[in-house]
Amino acid sequence: MTPLIRVEGAALSLPQADVDTDVIYPARFLLITERDGLGRYAFHDWRETPGFPLAPEVTTAPPILVAGPNFGCGSSREQAPWALDGLGIRVVIASSFGEIFYSNCFKNGMLPIRLDEAIVAGLHPRADAGERFAVDLETQTLTVGGDAPLPFTVAAHQREALLNGWSEIARIQALHAQAIDTFETAQRSAAPWLWQGSPR
Amino acid sequence: MTGQTLYDKLWQAHVVREDDSGQTLLYIDRHLLHEVSTPQSFAMLRREGRTVRRTQTQLAVADHSVPTRGRESIADPQAAAQIALLERNCAEFGIEYLPLLGEAQGIVHVIGPEQGFTLPGVTLVCGDSHSSTHGAFGALAFGIGASECGIVMATQTLWQTRAKTMRVTFEGALRPGVSAKDMALALIGRIGASGAIGHAIEYAGEAVTALSMEGRMTLCNMAIEAGSRTGLVAPDDVTFAYLQGRPRAPKGAMWDAALAYWQTLPSDADARFDREIRIRADEIAPQVTFGTSPDQVIAIDAAIPAGDARLDRALGYMGLTAGAGIAGLAIDHAFIGSCTNGRIEDLRSAAAVVKGHHVAQGVRALVVPGSGPVKRQAEAEGLDRIFVDAGFEWREPGCSLCVAMNNDRLPEGSRCASTSNRNFEGRQGAGARTHLMSPAMVAAAAVAGRIVDVREMGR
Repeated sequence: MTPLIRVEGAALSLPQADVDTDVIYPARFLLITERDGLGRYAFHDWRETPGFPLAPEVTTAPPILVAGPNFGCGSSREQAPWALDGLGIRVVIASSFGEIFYSNCFKNGMLPIRLDEAIVAGLHPRADAGERFAVDLETQTLTVGGDAPLPFTVAAHQREALLNGWSEIARIQALHAQAIDTFETAQRSAAPWLWQGSPR
Repeated sequence: MTGQTLYDKLWQAHVVREDDSGQTLLYIDRHLLHEVSTPQSFAMLRREGRTVRRTQTQLAVADHSVPTRGRESIADPQAAAQIALLERNCAEFGIEYLPLLGEAQGIVHVIGPEQGFTLPGVTLVCGDSHSSTHGAFGALAFGIGASECGIVMATQTLWQTRAKTMRVTFEGALRPGVSAKDMALALIGRIGASGAIGHAIEYAGEAVTALSMEGRMTLCNMAIEAGSRTGLVAPDDVTFAYLQGRPRAPKGAMWDAALAYWQTLPSDADARFDREIRIRADEIAPQVTFGTSPDQVIAIDAAIPAGDARLDRALGYMGLTAGAGIAGLAIDHAFIGSCTNGRIEDLRSAAAVVKGHHVAQGVRALVVPGSGPVKRQAEAEGLDRIFVDAGFEWREPGCSLCVAMNNDRLPEGSRCASTSNRNFEGRQGAGARTHLMSPAMVAAAAVAGRIVDVREMGR
């Protein structure tokens, strides 16, 4: 996974509330079994809408997306972050997220940032005005234009994984293999019905 | 010390490790796989050279992209390839796959409970947001992404943040013509599509304990539409009676041991919840969504509300005007099925409304049973005849028009009364308009050709 440390650039504003993952990535494209190359399907059915910031033929977007509340609600489809990633979006800022979408972002080297609704509301016009956004995950700050940096927080292990580009499977196996074995031994005797016919 | 909630007990029984930032490495007992969310998970395992840690804890079935007729030879090459890929991946990694043409195939959230794969007290995940369905059994069940599916297969664990708890108590008894679907929609209407973010919901109260397992699954299924990944109902005798004798449920002495544990799971009387919501079940009328988010919902006898820009956009998409009634709106399609309402009780309640009537002229109506066993049970009861005689199409099991990934898709601008769970833009086909409601309400709409109050049928 590509590490994410600092992301700088313009930001795309999408202020609508409750933008669901069906809008981000319509279901009929879920028949594709690949992970890469999905950027052109992102917001596919909204692209013809007058005033929508991404034209149908666009294949790249600014690296930062400023979104409305409950962004990425609905389906668990990881194609939603994959499609945004395909457009080059690495950071999504919103006051709240669909929980599965939020967690999916971290698995793909993308950073979802939660900020207060009033703060995010103030970021939309600045994104539209083409101001420069700078996200620093090491210091957990967002700087817009010449403003003072705004703090944000993400869970420590998610932050470390992004900063280092770690594979989560490798980390869990390297650090917690024994704890998992211990858990399984205990469960096997406490709840044997979950282990019938199970060699391990 | 205050008591523990059901959620607390489930969580604590699965903690492998806790880190300093409040994250928990949670042990996962069960993983359900389907064809859409796992191709990239298997590709990740292959790329990283991983194997599946406990193949016996995994069960796979194709449901999302499967055709609901003519499935011996699948016409869409992309769908055929996706389904074949799941079967191949399962063979390579040693995971049991329920064949498309086999007797047990069905929607992943219908077959899990049916097979006794879903049990109280377990943690269960699936790359599908409606995994909350399994919480009806007192299982800690939640939807995950494709990467997490790979992590679970390789390590049997996931890093998770503990949710806050929300108890939703439905007081009193449901009135005739009102079902679990109406309870789910009424709650979402009350708290909003993001109202339960960060919370695990436990449904309680007289109207919940009175529900069958089918009804409880409908209720938990839609927790995600309120923003919660997890919906729970305390396991009780209704739960145990449903599970006993199921193919994968424990038997004999193992059943007795499991049962003794399951009976300790319900929330303690003095348990504290972070949030409490109370809803009068006897005041719930049949619900119908009017917008493009499940929280844009009203009672059948109410008028479409006026609102903000978000609502205006939704009404524009739906071709509706604020102030008008929802009753009387003409429909083009009716869909009965999905992991929300594709179980035997749902088909019975729809058939009871349809019996002796015919689908209105110009309406295309579909019944898609949730699984092979549901389909055969319905046929044994003669429900298929009632539907077919009334002009419904009787199909093979799958997700069908709930996600419109297969060839069941609705044309732009058409209007559908649907028992599914999402009325998002484009959910049943690009530009198609979805009104969510209960199976009885969809049946009534199919017969009337317009959205009507099922309580007034035959009056």
